[in-house]
Amino acid sequence: MMQIAPILAALKKHRMATFLIAMEIALACAVLCNALYLVVERVRLSHVETGVDDDRLVAISLAGVDDAQAMDLGPRLRQKLGSLADVESVAVANATPFGPQAGEAGFRIDPNDPVYRIQAHFYLGDQGFAKTLGLRLVSGRWFTPDEYAPVEGFLPKASSLLVDADYAAKLWPGQNPLGKPVLVTNLTFRVVGVVARMVRPNPNPFAASNSFITPALAGKGMASVYLLRVAPGKAADVFARATAMITRDEPSVILDATASGPLTQLRDAYFANTRSMAIMMVGVIAALLLVSALGIVGLASFWVQQRRQQIGIRRAIGATRRDILHYFQLENFLIVGGGIVVGMVLAYVLSAVLMKQYELPLLPAYYLPYGALILWLLGQLAVLGPARRAAAVPPVVATRNI
Amino acid sequence: MLGYYFFLALRSLRRTRMLTALMVLAIAVGIGASMTTLSVMFLLSGDPLPAKSGKLFFPQLDPSTGATLRHTPMDLLDYTSAHDLWQAHRAPRQAMLANAATRVQPTVSGQAPFIVQTLATTSDFFPMFNVPFRYGSAWSAQDEQRAAREVVISSTLNQRLFGGANSVGRDVVINGAQLRVVGVLDDWRPRPRFYMVVGARFSGGDTADLYGPPHDVYLPMPTGVDIAQADMQPFTCWSDGMVDPHHMTTAACAWVALWVELPDVAARDAYRRFLDDYDDQQRSIGRLTHPKLTRMMSLHEWLDFQQVVPADVKLQTWLAFAFLLICLFNTVGLLLAKFIGRSNEIGVRRALGASRKAIFGQCLVEAGLIGLIGGLFGLFMTVAGIYAIRQQPVAYADLVAVDMPVFVLALGLSLGASLLAGVFPAFRASRVAPALQLKVQ
Repeated sequence: MMQIAPILAALKKHRMATFLIAMEIALACAVLCNALYLVVERVRLSHVETGVDDDRLVAISLAGVDDAQAMDLGPRLRQKLGSLADVESVAVANATPFGPQAGEAGFRIDPNDPVYRIQAHFYLGDQGFAKTLGLRLVSGRWFTPDEYAPVEGFLPKASSLLVDADYAAKLWPGQNPLGKPVLVTNLTFRVVGVVARMVRPNPNPFAASNSFITPALAGKGMASVYLLRVAPGKAADVFARATAMITRDEPSVILDATASGPLTQLRDAYFANTRSMAIMMVGVIAALLLVSALGIVGLASFWVQQRRQQIGIRRAIGATRRDILHYFQLENFLIVGGGIVVGMVLAYVLSAVLMKQYELPLLPAYYLPYGALILWLLGQLAVLGPARRAAAVPPVVATRNI
Repeated sequence: MLGYYFFLALRSLRRTRMLTALMVLAIAVGIGASMTTLSVMFLLSGDPLPAKSGKLFFPQLDPSTGATLRHTPMDLLDYTSAHDLWQAHRAPRQAMLANAATRVQPTVSGQAPFIVQTLATTSDFFPMFNVPFRYGSAWSAQDEQRAAREVVISSTLNQRLFGGANSVGRDVVINGAQLRVVGVLDDWRPRPRFYMVVGARFSGGDTADLYGPPHDVYLPMPTGVDIAQADMQPFTCWSDGMVDPHHMTTAACAWVALWVELPDVAARDAYRRFLDDYDDQQRSIGRLTHPKLTRMMSLHEWLDFQQVVPADVKLQTWLAFAFLLICLFNTVGLLLAKFIGRSNEIGVRRALGASRKAIFGQCLVEAGLIGLIGGLFGLFMTVAGIYAIRQQPVAYADLVAVDMPVFVLALGLSLGASLLAGVFPAFRASRVAPALQLKVQ
């Protein structure tokens, strides 16, 4: 500890170089914290909790089903899919998680405010929806059989709906959501139940589960998406048999390949882009750390070379190798520390810019200590080589002229 | 003189290989990362129709009725408003557009039916957006009016259905209706698919799909209404049970886009007044009931408003440039170390009569040389980076390519950056006092 004063005195002689390294670390700290945050957010998103039993579900989406067909196609296909081996139950819906969104709509929760300002995804599901998906009710009740209604336009002419728990807490903070009105177009729904979780079809960092479930009857307006609950481990097998059955028995329908398959497979495909973006960010972080380390190695080597004689003198008057090693390590620790302090401020400036431009939430504070720790470790690692070379300088150097 | 400095710089770089390698590597990585993201950014944020984008406008109003008010117009119009405005022909060119997913029944036996992205539009669409034809042409206004069973297809679909042959005059079965091909488009890949950007602003920045291939089937609007009415994709509907997909022309749904081409400011002002007048008039007859909400953005404004450049790409660009900045700081530090390490040599040169300016110039040449070498390596990194992007599962992956401007920019940027980085170290080096250095010697 007593070494700090002489180190600072020595650094004063190299103000510019010290400043440059510190600034480099500061910038690195700002970028690192934000990039780390973005990566973690993406990884977290790709692990999004769906609220449904992903590994037990198979989605079958049809394209180009017209209303004339839909009237009997819906019930007929539901019955046929349900009779396949290993299928436990079938639901007809308007959308599947990780498929295209089908019922995105603006709505109001205040009957007195005529302007709608919020939007969410409205799932339509038949009587088998909750059971097939494996939804969990946290309060209220499920739909009663008489609440299911035929689809008009894009919503059922019903008056009750279920809501995702997180989303309910956001819409009605601190209040009981049961009985609250949801006004869409000219329809007024009331919340009758709250489910633990119902992911929206296309979860993104800004909205993962802003979804409602409405009770609808299969048929006109709802005959394109089928969800199958299958026996454990049978998803791929059931999907193959289901597509074979459809090609054989229903030659007029077209399978929408991008929105059909075991749900785990749809999930992987949905997050492929997110994953590759995360990998790319990790690449940027790695390159960033590499460059910062190179800078430290270069400058530290230079300082060691420049101070060979002083090191020799110190060694000659009794400093141990360990003292020399510690000197350079402590010096690096101080410079990096200075950079980190500035970097933390910069990190928030950068985060504020990103927040404004891309509606990202502000950088959580706990990323700062992580960023600091990484940079300190990096600094120590980078300075180790030059510092060891410094420690290896023999005392006899003191007696030589350069 | 410059040649001599160049020679000196080369010698000096060879003497301190390690330090040189570190600097070159840092610049190369920084240039590689920033050029890669910049290539993508250029590609995705460029003007999709440079000759015309300032002349294309997107008129909007609020056709919705009922209790719910809006604070911005919907992304599309209802059919009545779009058709009225289109039919008035107040602009030299105007086109209605609507998205549909239709079903193609291949005439070749053994091929299964498939779904294609279809655009129902009007004949001005093709000249207005400079759409190139390989075979045939657009349908005529007369044929359009009588809902002729005619169709224009993309080169991709032509390849799939007819093996790329000239298919003008042949038939395609869409939604069960037999349509005669009148035109086949040439390769056309607008980026983004600017003519139909709907709801992108609600996608949370996930707009990469807008850079995919354009529509495969183009139908005259009346024909589209006849054979694909129920497949039209509305932006939203607002009615009280009036939403019947089989009567989309009267349904309370927004599903039609209108583009107008207005050659100058006067035409633009005139059309804006026309739009307002139309809105007032419709309000006076009671068809429109909500408070007036008209708007007319240019193509450029519309793409900005819809935030079509994917948020990920913008983020990457930010990161890459922050990264380049770090690389620069790094280079400044290393150059400083390098030049000050040579104080002796500089002292001798100064004592032998070299001016401060000469020393400064010599150091700057050395910095520039490092920048050039770093830039060359950076080009390799850029090529590698672009290759990596092409492997990504995004719709624009196949568009990204290394091109000449990027090469020139990369070399220019690295040279400029290294010179900038060299200014301070070179200045410091030129301040070395000759006498002091000689004394130490």
